[in-house]
Amino acid sequence: MSGDILPKWVDVLLIPLLNLVLALFVSGLVVLFIGENPFEAMRILVNGAVGSAYGWGYTLYYTTNFIFTGLGVAVAFHARLFNIGGEGQAAIGGLGVALAMLWVPWPHWSVALVAAAVAAALFGAAWAAIPAWLQARRGSHIVITTIMFNFIASALMVYLLSRVLLVPGAGGSPETARFAEAVRLPNAADVLPFLGFPRSTPLNVSFALALLSALFVWVLIWRTRLGYEIRAFGLSGPAALYAGISPVRITMIAMLISGGLCGMMATNAVLGEAERLVIDPVQGAGFVGIAVALMGRSHPVGVILAALLFGVLYQGGAELEFERPAITRELVIVIQALVILFTGALDGMVRRPLEGFFVARRRGRPAAAAAVPEPTSPRGADNDPVHRAEP
Amino acid sequence: MDFADLIQILDSALRLATPLLLACLAGLFSERAGIFDIGLEGKMLASAFFSAAAAYATGSAWLGLLAGIGAAMVLAAIHGLASITFRGNQLISGVAINFLASGMTVVVGETWFSLGGRTPALAGPARFGEVELPFADAVRDVPVLGPVYSDLLSGHSILVYIALAIVPLTWWVLFRTRFGLRLRAVGENPAAVDTAGVSVVGLRYAAVMICGVLTGIAGAHLATALGAGFVKEMSAGRGFIALAALIFAKWRPWYALGACLLFGLLEAVGNRYQNIDVGGFDIPTQFMQALPYILTVVILAGFVGRAIPPRAGGEPYVKES
Repeated sequence: MSGDILPKWVDVLLIPLLNLVLALFVSGLVVLFIGENPFEAMRILVNGAVGSAYGWGYTLYYTTNFIFTGLGVAVAFHARLFNIGGEGQAAIGGLGVALAMLWVPWPHWSVALVAAAVAAALFGAAWAAIPAWLQARRGSHIVITTIMFNFIASALMVYLLSRVLLVPGAGGSPETARFAEAVRLPNAADVLPFLGFPRSTPLNVSFALALLSALFVWVLIWRTRLGYEIRAFGLSGPAALYAGISPVRITMIAMLISGGLCGMMATNAVLGEAERLVIDPVQGAGFVGIAVALMGRSHPVGVILAALLFGVLYQGGAELEFERPAITRELVIVIQALVILFTGALDGMVRRPLEGFFVARRRGRPAAAAAVPEPTSPRGADNDPVHRAEP
Repeated sequence: MDFADLIQILDSALRLATPLLLACLAGLFSERAGIFDIGLEGKMLASAFFSAAAAYATGSAWLGLLAGIGAAMVLAAIHGLASITFRGNQLISGVAINFLASGMTVVVGETWFSLGGRTPALAGPARFGEVELPFADAVRDVPVLGPVYSDLLSGHSILVYIALAIVPLTWWVLFRTRFGLRLRAVGENPAAVDTAGVSVVGLRYAAVMICGVLTGIAGAHLATALGAGFVKEMSAGRGFIALAALIFAKWRPWYALGACLLFGLLEAVGNRYQNIDVGGFDIPTQFMQALPYILTVVILAGFVGRAIPPRAGGEPYVKES
């Protein structure tokens, strides 16, 4: 039961769209249940997210976060590793950014951005390295260890911020000192003044970094030997082993890249927005990355589109809460849950009838005319990205 | 620390271990039948909310318990539908269920009570009161044994005793009944069970629903016995600690009791002493909080004995045709 039965456009477009429609439909029922008009809620949500330059500024800021974590989860998915640890890796990435910014007096924001991105990626990758090594060498289940590492990261960050990195003048709230003025990243109002972004929007040059990362992931996965090995390993561990691909090496590399990308989210949230390290800079973006990677079928283009969708949901959700106090912004978490449920777990509910339809249709035609799937088609998490053979 | 302190800490450890134990046994049933469940947290949270809401509305903790179990079973049914009927990814389904509960409890809670996601405080019969064991007062003055019996063992909510009773019950069901044998077999080799003419789907659904019932009791304990009402995110990672305890216990009921008591003790000590001083070295409370997770990683790494999950765990069963 692979995606090979279906034409590619059904697999990468129609099924995610149907899943999204189902998720939105059930969300609409929830809105109806709490006594509000779902269409009105949808209008406020979309309008709040994309109806003004102010809305776009926030939407694209969230999108930047989700592109990083979505790409991180996607790279691991390609190696059939389910990285739930994006949340912890991003938090530790934030620690890296803060240390790099507080210890070194960077002369200019451009140097600082590079340093922050490198520090964030290194710290995030380091935090992913331990679960990766345990999976590769000791066969510990990566899902469980990455969950545990999220909690350990959270405890570690609380400890560091409340006992070690705390600045005396912060009024007791656990946060580091503010970064120097010189490293402040230009935001959208500075770079693109003609688009009318207000100064207050947090959208900043990290957005470009996110798009570059997406390009990097595309090149890595589909245009390099390493990417080929990652995909081969993801499709079949034993077959990859026969082909001389080391499972230990690929597991480590895929998880390091995954953790590094998740960590780089902190460039946007810590350096670009908060300009200091606060408790929980990640705000759930690590988990949103799972939904983004699932929806985007682990393809960078899909990830960008899905990240944009979730950016709209997050910013629109905030506006919705503002305009309709009866609807709290946790509605966005419900929608996120339903997207994960329908695209990830209940995928078979949509896929199987479609497969039946296409098989029935193909029988009416000569076999040669049947669509031959491209061998390099992006295989997302459509069937079980997690369970690879234990070594 | 004197004896009275020790009794107090153990008392609170037992209280805190109860929701862990119930969730851990819930996971035990599910995972022994081959269905991984990282949605324990979500089911517990949903149950905590609906039990508190129903207990508030009806004024009865028992009706609250029923509502909590119902809510957890609905989520369990969704997990079953995704992972058994549609052969979806069990881990992704669990993640989704955690989010669903986390968002839904606040959205619905705000609509019903407008208290920022809380339920109103519960009092009187809407909470599970303390149960005095027989003769608790009479033996209170007996040295050592007196306080152990009347302060440590007596005076908990009925759900604590139910949870403790479910441990031997789980052992008996799993290892001494035909249903238990089949349930374990379906987690190790579903094809063999299928060949024997027993329904794999039926058994797995049964296990998932038992998991729903037990996480339901766990959530009700959080909101109507341990606390006095629902607070946003009140399960606070306990579902994951229960999962950790399950791995610690290597999927065995009596060991689960031991692991949960240990984690309950860690939580109790962490709550009581904000910073512990061991030989001049200061252990921060955050370390105590993270300890269960660290221990689980160490166990998983196989440094302290190997934890081998049921063989067919996480695999959807596809009947040969």
